[in-house]
Amino acid sequence: MSNEIVLAVEDLTVSFDGFKAIDALNLYVDKDELRVVIGPNGAGKTTLLDLICGKTRASAGSIRFKDQEMTRLPEHMIVRSGIGRKFQTPSIYENLSVFKNLEVSYPRGRGVFGALAFRCDEAVRGKVDEIAGEIGLAGMLHTEAGLLSHGQKQWLEIGMLLMQDPELLMLDEPIAGMSVREREQTADLLRRICRNRSVIVIEHDMEFVSKIAHKVTVMHQGKILAEGPMDKVQADPRVIDVYLGH
Amino acid sequence: MDRFTQWFRGGGYSVVVLAALILVVFPLALDAFRLNLVGKYLTYGFVAVGLVMLWGWGGVLSLGQGVFFGLGGYAMAMFLKLEASDPESTKIQSTPGIPDFMDWNQLTALPLWWEPFRSLPFTILAVVAVPAALAFVIGYAMFKRRVGGVYFAIITQAVALVLTVLIIGQQGYTGGVNGITDLKTLAGWDIRSDSAKLVLYFVNAGLLLAVIALCLWIQRSKLGTLLLAMRDKEDRVRFSGYDVSMFKVFAFCLAAGISAIGGAMFTLQVGFMSPSFVGIVPSIEMVIFAAVGGRMSLVGAVYGALLVNFGKTYFSESFPDLWLFLMAALFIGVTMVFPNGLAGIWDKYVVQRVGTRRSSRRAGKIVAPPSAMPEPGRDDPVAEPPAEMPGRVSGQSA
Repeated sequence: MSNEIVLAVEDLTVSFDGFKAIDALNLYVDKDELRVVIGPNGAGKTTLLDLICGKTRASAGSIRFKDQEMTRLPEHMIVRSGIGRKFQTPSIYENLSVFKNLEVSYPRGRGVFGALAFRCDEAVRGKVDEIAGEIGLAGMLHTEAGLLSHGQKQWLEIGMLLMQDPELLMLDEPIAGMSVREREQTADLLRRICRNRSVIVIEHDMEFVSKIAHKVTVMHQGKILAEGPMDKVQADPRVIDVYLGH
Repeated sequence: MDRFTQWFRGGGYSVVVLAALILVVFPLALDAFRLNLVGKYLTYGFVAVGLVMLWGWGGVLSLGQGVFFGLGGYAMAMFLKLEASDPESTKIQSTPGIPDFMDWNQLTALPLWWEPFRSLPFTILAVVAVPAALAFVIGYAMFKRRVGGVYFAIITQAVALVLTVLIIGQQGYTGGVNGITDLKTLAGWDIRSDSAKLVLYFVNAGLLLAVIALCLWIQRSKLGTLLLAMRDKEDRVRFSGYDVSMFKVFAFCLAAGISAIGGAMFTLQVGFMSPSFVGIVPSIEMVIFAAVGGRMSLVGAVYGALLVNFGKTYFSESFPDLWLFLMAALFIGVTMVFPNGLAGIWDKYVVQRVGTRRSSRRAGKIVAPPSAMPEPGRDDPVAEPPAEMPGRVSGQSA
């Protein structure tokens, strides 16, 4: 693993009516790293992802991705520079087929007229097939996405992000509501897809975290409480205090 | 040919049936007066088709489409009025050569912004370009600021009101509350004769079908898919790298341009244009046409415009006081019971039955991976819900 920094979050602060959801936070994510962010409810984990992808605007501080400032870019430009975000509840186009869901996520024809001229050629079809295989939905390309199981919907959304080949992938509780078997499959999927990209995962399930994480960041009250390899973090008395419990 | 058959069966037949109805059946069955009336209704069909794209597919409800219908109509009326106001036929005015209402309002020269409307090519361009440009300005200002839903609908209402007040207030320039009347010829061709009305009817019908074809093409493009996706999960589209607001602006401009063509054809066929087609009430009526016909179906919207207007003509002749209540009841009834309008009823009760029978017959013929078929275990729940899903039923077929 190289140590080139892909994402540098520095002094990031956001306050909602005086309440600092994120408070002078610093976070560095390396290239090809899989980082898991854990922490109690309300620690600001989801807000952190919202800030990075532009859904929420920072009050102060900077977010640099590949040495480019992100805090003032519109959301779609942040995505185009290579940051993909998966939402907590599966966010897919329920009325469209799995194929269409993936096709629409292909990063070509993103302008109004580009979309009018867009043709689903071999390159697109090949990519859809490849990703569908990756997320285990190859046999269901023509199923309406709304009919998929909860776990499959989560995978489909991950697949939609993979269509864009993001260099940084952010997943908000990807295994929430999944069965044990699905959790294992998701862990495998995450280990596979983080090969050529950095991934940030928010997760509560410690067993799952220990399976996938390269490094763990513990957040508490908008700040970083601890950071490091899983076993080190798990042994940290402060982390045990606020999050893991005795 | 195979692709055509597939398209025809998949819903294209509805376009063919509509074309046959308005190009063959109506002209053969109706007298000149009634046919002209149908032609007038079909001009509202343009607005309804635009609303299918904007509201049904884009999920953006505009209650101000009368603005664009009116602007298109006024642009055409200005050209016709200038042609009708040659110095010879206006020689009794104190200033000959300008439209009569200007003369009545003590104007002594043609306002500068009327001048370009002496040119027919400019007028035809302006019919579409002016409303589309206004839609762009409003849309860009609103959608970039993420104004949507009810707020956007209210703002479009306000625009409709503002434009009506402006037109009525500036009667020296616009003809005021009477509108622009006494239109006679189009480039020397008398549009009031029966033969001209017949020609205009066919031009109108042809344009409407062309617009439907254009919209079908857009629906099938990635842009169409994106509109549906945006309506469903706007944030997912935005965080897939799309500038959602520009797609809404496009849909709004498209709907505006289409409505404006309808407005221009209205002026040509009916022979005048007035603020009563611009304001809040006509704009809401236009939404009712689309709602009754089915806001996901381009063809349905045309039927909606035809039926509601037939109803209006019939009932307002017989029970003038009741008509408004009846129309309101129709709107509420349709939205509550049949959210996809007539097209939804058709798809649910007719296509579904024929479709299941046919697909069981066809299953052996089409070479598709077994996975493409719905899982057998789930067959029943799968067969039902799509009828409720506006995304694919009438939408992608017609």
